[in-house]
Amino acid sequence: MTKLEKDNPIFIYDVIIIGAGPSGLTAAIYTSRARLKTLLLEGLSVSSQALVTDKIENYPGFPEGIGGFEMIDRFKKQAKIFGTEFVQEDVSDIQSFKQQGVNIWQVEVKEKRFYSFSVIIASGAQFKMLGVEGEKRLLGKGVSYCAVCDGAFFKDKDIVVIGGGDTAAEETLFLTRFARKITLIHRRDRLRATRILQERIFANKKIDIVWDSVVDEILGETKVQGVSLTDLKAKKETEISCDGVFIFVGLVPNTNFVKDVIKLDENGFAKDVIKLDENGYVIADSNMKTSCDGIFACGDCRQTILRQVVTACGDGAFAAFSAQQYVENLKGTAYK
Amino acid sequence: MLDTNLNHAESHEQIDELLKNNTNVMVCCGRMGPMCIPVYNIMEKLESEYPHVRMVDMDFDIPVASLIRNLPECSYFMGLPFTVYFKNGKAVNATSSIQNEEQIIGILDEVFKD
Repeated sequence: MTKLEKDNPIFIYDVIIIGAGPSGLTAAIYTSRARLKTLLLEGLSVSSQALVTDKIENYPGFPEGIGGFEMIDRFKKQAKIFGTEFVQEDVSDIQSFKQQGVNIWQVEVKEKRFYSFSVIIASGAQFKMLGVEGEKRLLGKGVSYCAVCDGAFFKDKDIVVIGGGDTAAEETLFLTRFARKITLIHRRDRLRATRILQERIFANKKIDIVWDSVVDEILGETKVQGVSLTDLKAKKETEISCDGVFIFVGLVPNTNFVKDVIKLDENGFAKDVIKLDENGYVIADSNMKTSCDGIFACGDCRQTILRQVVTACGDGAFAAFSAQQYVENLKGTAYK
Repeated sequence: MLDTNLNHAESHEQIDELLKNNTNVMVCCGRMGPMCIPVYNIMEKLESEYPHVRMVDMDFDIPVASLIRNLPECSYFMGLPFTVYFKNGKAVNATSSIQNEEQIIGILDEVFKD
């Protein structure tokens, strides 16, 4: 036990990781192997985007692809082997206080508080809602954000998919296993998805694409019956009949609890805050350090140009190493 | 079997007994998917706060799940999980797809207030 730990009567983790997706779990594997006391707070009300993915084809080492669920399960087992503790709770707040001159982070969940020298935010992102009439009301009655979960309900049915990125393309292709016909609606005149996915989309006879159009309303009373949409170029409104609407229009970061995090100086005045970008993503440098000393961010919740399992894992490793250096410097045990 | 800490309903006999012996029952019927797991997690958390409600999960793919799938209340459901609230053996509310803690608490407080 270091002097720092002896001087602090409360139990203090070396690192608390918030989030159990690929980045958080990778960070946990690394910090646990570095023999840092690691607690991973697994969100109660959200789950990793990777879980929604039927098959991950671009993670090296899996030439046949691997299911998102299986991959996360393997990551979790690996973190547990090295000693990561898991608690299932949503984080509501992070505060800091000084004890014996050292900054301690207090991470609050509903009825408990955990303490740590450092925090890694790996809280991920969740599906973005389209925000149109009918969407909330018809959730689970034809409206879905998860093809893997709900695709089988649409056997021989007509489906509309909204979006143009990798997720929309992948999920559209997955849904062709079930659907009679799929109409992919995109607001622009070309897809943003990876070329190989675009090729598969264009080659599939079950898929029609409606370009330059936005959905204004999802139609139906007790179940989805269609969508109304506007062609942005022709300025023309039309309707498409369908039994299901799958929405993949991007992500929103799970960073609400981060907004008020403030690090205080020795006199109790606000010193640092965690900077977020205009969309709520945490701003962190290439070593995953945020604007707040002792707090690191990685994965989908971080401002970045690419959000993939492989990049999330890389982020997680960097965040873990940065947290390790930070904690060892605090304790005076850093390798110099 | 679902990998949760909830009690599992796996047979017709279990369901019959559950509905016969408990006034308030919540059954979440799903798979281990991203829309279902958060609902199981919330149920696990709320179990101790709602001791007067029996909360169980059920694998969507086992034969007995047809009891839930074929309920009139679930006839338009096309999103996992199917969550059904029973009072005195009768379905009094049902939801399809993911629900957050607030939504679940809202239903529990409304349908099981007595």
